[in-house]
Amino acid sequence: MGQILTTGAVLPLVTLIAVLALGGYFLARRRAMISAGGDSRKLHSLPSYYGYNAVISVAVPALLALGIWLLVQPMLVQSSVVEMIPAQAVPEGSSVNLIMSDVRRLAEGLDAAVGAGAISDAEATDLTVADNLRAWLAERGVAIGAEVSPEVLQAAQAYREMNALGHVGRNVFVLLLALAGLLLAYRESHADFRARNRVENAIKALLILAASLAILTTVGIVLSMLFETINFFSLHPWTDFFFGASWAPNFRGDSDLSILPLLWGTLYISIIALAVAVPIGLFAAIYLSEYAGPKVRATAKPLLEILAGIPTIVYGLFALLTVGPALVKIFGRGEDGLLGVDWMSGATSVLTAGLVMGIMLIPFVSSLSDDIINAVPQSLRDGSFGLGATQSETIRQVVIPAALPGIVGAVLLAASRAIGETMIVVLGAGAIARISGNPLEAMTTITTRIVSQLTGDSDFASPETLVAFALGLTLFVLTLGLNVLALYIVRKYREQYE
Amino acid sequence: MSDIPNPAAPIADPRGASLLVQDGRTKRRNASEGRFKLYGIVAIAIGLLMLLTLLFTIISRGTGAFQQTYVTLSVPLLEEKLDKNGNRDLAEIKKVSTFGYAPLTKAAFEAKIAESGIETSLKPKAMADLLSKDAAAQLRDYVVANPDLIGSTVEFEFLTNSRVDGYLKGRVSRESIANDKNINAAQLDLVDALIADGSLQKRLNLNFITGADASDARPEAAGMGVAMLGSFAMMLVVLVLALPIGVAASIYLEEFAPKNWITDIIEVNISNLAAVPSIVFGILGLAVFINYMHLPNSAPLVGGLVLTLMTLPTIIISTRASLKSVPPSIRDAALGVGASKMQSVFHHVLPLAAPGILTGTIIGLAQALGETAPLLLIGMVGFIASNPPESIAEGLMAPNSAMPAQIYEWAKRADPAFYERAWGGIIILLVFLISMNAIAVLLRRRFERRW
Repeated sequence: MGQILTTGAVLPLVTLIAVLALGGYFLARRRAMISAGGDSRKLHSLPSYYGYNAVISVAVPALLALGIWLLVQPMLVQSSVVEMIPAQAVPEGSSVNLIMSDVRRLAEGLDAAVGAGAISDAEATDLTVADNLRAWLAERGVAIGAEVSPEVLQAAQAYREMNALGHVGRNVFVLLLALAGLLLAYRESHADFRARNRVENAIKALLILAASLAILTTVGIVLSMLFETINFFSLHPWTDFFFGASWAPNFRGDSDLSILPLLWGTLYISIIALAVAVPIGLFAAIYLSEYAGPKVRATAKPLLEILAGIPTIVYGLFALLTVGPALVKIFGRGEDGLLGVDWMSGATSVLTAGLVMGIMLIPFVSSLSDDIINAVPQSLRDGSFGLGATQSETIRQVVIPAALPGIVGAVLLAASRAIGETMIVVLGAGAIARISGNPLEAMTTITTRIVSQLTGDSDFASPETLVAFALGLTLFVLTLGLNVLALYIVRKYREQYE
Repeated sequence: MSDIPNPAAPIADPRGASLLVQDGRTKRRNASEGRFKLYGIVAIAIGLLMLLTLLFTIISRGTGAFQQTYVTLSVPLLEEKLDKNGNRDLAEIKKVSTFGYAPLTKAAFEAKIAESGIETSLKPKAMADLLSKDAAAQLRDYVVANPDLIGSTVEFEFLTNSRVDGYLKGRVSRESIANDKNINAAQLDLVDALIADGSLQKRLNLNFITGADASDARPEAAGMGVAMLGSFAMMLVVLVLALPIGVAASIYLEEFAPKNWITDIIEVNISNLAAVPSIVFGILGLAVFINYMHLPNSAPLVGGLVLTLMTLPTIIISTRASLKSVPPSIRDAALGVGASKMQSVFHHVLPLAAPGILTGTIIGLAQALGETAPLLLIGMVGFIASNPPESIAEGLMAPNSAMPAQIYEWAKRADPAFYERAWGGIIILLVFLISMNAIAVLLRRRFERRW
């Protein structure tokens, strides 16, 4: 029992709660049955509802408390340990965050050593720097980045102490909560107790919780990016981000971090993609919904939609290894090329990424427009035929104008897809930020820069890393705006004919 | 009555031509009709052509990865090198590193050349270079697994290096190696001789499906197996979290939610989340799960959590559609015999909607399986996933890669031999996606009900 109360692991606690809940189920049900004299018809609810009531009152508050505790404890411990580290203990060129990660690693290393039985708990608390800690820990399989300073060791000891205290507090509190729930539910279980209503209300509350997770996700997205973006703007002038002319991150500081060249690359590639996808997708949709017989439609439509189900990494590879080299063969290599010109040097270019992204968007445009064209009432077509128009005249002058708002919505949705697409541009567009009109040059986009600034070892205190969050927020706002506009247009149009 | 036209009088045709002959205007209109129809056909043809090109490229470039070139040599497992004390103690045998095995493979190669009578001017070192850099490790693993064989001579199939493999697959030719310092023409002559001898051949490469990734210098040893386990672990997390939460949210929105502004906000939110770029979910995962909660970097658990958030809107949308398709009469009948609202939903509506929910979930999972961008940000690329996890907990918490991330990793490496691996990986990924979608279609066909 003592072990369960002091452990930092969550699993034993959760198992214990589950056991209590299961026990509660049978206890409460039995008590209710006894109170009804063994005749279930005298109960207010079915016997199992008394059991479920016990399960819910044991598990839900306890698990909720556990979840909140797991979120809050690291935060409190972290902030009080950070206060302990004196400013002069932070070496030149380092930051409190880096020191903190050392502290954490050291504390976890000591915990691991205690857990493995290499030293006793008391020995771990009495360690001093003189013991040549780094080598000593390395012998026991724990790697520490730098030599341990007295401040770090002190902070790590405090960190361990607070965490141990927190774990005991958490386990005791959660278990008491579960026991209290069990007791309460047991005492309530009486023939007259409205168990079903209680259980149903609790389930409904859980359903509402699940539904609001969507809002929580959005809030999480916005907040996580907003805080880091504010951090970024306190380190880097916002005028340079929005109105500067060049993108040249430099991890020694003094970088140019302007979104404009990236925005240009993003829009240029998206425009090429839409120039490929919109005509092909639209004509395919018109043919499938107006001309094709049921057999052609039943084969061609799913085949086209396969294109939408292929993962984007496949398109990325297709761009880098197939389309790019093919374009180089046409537009590059000087005399050896097909056109005998030397306009294109590498496989990555705006055209490469744009063409491949266009292929990816064809089914997207075609199935959305197909739905919209099908929603145009037959009476409009019949009226046009009655006046003597041919089928193509009907489509061009009656069906398309009637479907136009919906089609515009579909194109906007496709544009938002194109702007947010990552893998195709990461592999196919290149990494050079520039504003140029030549589609055969490599350019870079917002999404590729987010990937490159955030992968690898990033220091979350430098503007070169934080800029990724500002880029992400811009991307989020941009695509959100397009989506809201598109959904608004599509919805308004649907109401018109319903 | 006098204004009835005389039927006998010929009607003056305004264009002065017969009905049976098309005039110029009709011809133009009919031609434009034909053109318009042609545009549609061409558009569909382009789409299908692209699909064919894509599939053809994947298959023609990727199937090579499922075959690998091996050379069969008989290796004397010398006791004095591998087990000096002769007591077959596994701990002592393990102390001999791969460097201890390298001379054995070299000697075996020399013996092979001498025995088969192939004439070559190559030095033994250059001959052994035809083998993979993984060959010694391969032999060591084999010996550690079968310590009883020490002292005997075994026939062993060694991986050849990626240039030799490329030569057999047509990727490397005598012209293309002019500037290649990893292989030369004399070595290729030896390869030709060994092929003629029958000891060097291509065969099925199971290691590609089950094995682990390998470092930059050993493309011939790289496999998808460990990344596949990473993907499975992520799918497990997505299934365990996204299905119950998604179904619960849909039940609330479809069956219980009052029509008010809060419900409206939730609905708009869900349809917007479905269209948020996937990389934004990666940023969320990095900021919340890794920087704030300090979950381990590169862990499939974190990847699963991010993909859960990404898949939820898809599952909610399809679950709501299948709940909506259950007719209200079912609910009314249940309420009529005295069920509560909650009982009517959980006992009657939900079971009837289950096939539709399952179909939507499988499609959502397939989408999550192919997603790459968010995984880049939470660190599931850039390292070599070399050991398969030993337990489920380790599978969730230990750093691993995932199938699409592994493909991306290979696509970034410099050696073209990895490109073949990347295309091969795509074939494996697509096999999974196609079978998941096929299951979804079958389920829909089998259980779909028209009310």
